[in-house]
Amino acid sequence: MDTVNSAVEIIVSIMLLVGAFFTLVGAIGMVRFRDFFQRLHAPTKATTLGVGGILIASMIHGVAHGRYGIHELLITMFLFITAPVSANLLSKAALHLKVPSGAGHPDVARRTTTGGDSPRKKAKPVRSKGKPAA
Amino acid sequence: MIPLALDIATGAITVAMLLCGLRLLRGPEIPDRLLAIDTLYVNVVALVIVLGMRLGTELLFEAALIVAMLGFVSTVALARYLTRGDVIE
Repeated sequence: MDTVNSAVEIIVSIMLLVGAFFTLVGAIGMVRFRDFFQRLHAPTKATTLGVGGILIASMIHGVAHGRYGIHELLITMFLFITAPVSANLLSKAALHLKVPSGAGHPDVARRTTTGGDSPRKKAKPVRSKGKPAA
Repeated sequence: MIPLALDIATGAITVAMLLCGLRLLRGPEIPDRLLAIDTLYVNVVALVIVLGMRLGTELLFEAALIVAMLGFVSTVALARYLTRGDVIE
């Protein structure tokens, strides 16, 4: 029983440290990369993995203390589903606003983003067809 | 061993949140600030879970779930506002 408890403690501590490390690496990458499309990579992968590690640690900790890990499972599923969706929407918004990029903007991107026919340099919300004239 | 790991994890997540705040204040474009907010709420979810493990309570997982849902909805709304110029057409 005692060896089982110490093994659970070691596993929980390792998962906590791995999760904290990846969370920190994602934030450092978001600060230090050069343009927006590089900065998008760091949080959407590393931070999601870090939160996954911390949730696994919490799940093992909870199972060892006699409850089920349903809440952690819910949060993990929700985060792993919504993180790519929000990253996709953010990159679409950046392509639409023509955020400066090291690789340049392809013409295909301008055609696939909807409603962007006026090229703008500054990042401002475009209200081209917002309100009807009435 | 677990309290030491919890302390280290809390410190690392706090430093990550401070770096997100730096990008939020300094970001040259609006999508940079939006990405900083997105990362900030994921870090808040991690910090709430670490706090729940430290306090030994089950009550904080609902708080983490609500923070995750509201953060996703706000990110989607702001990204659609930047793309379309309106949230709901």
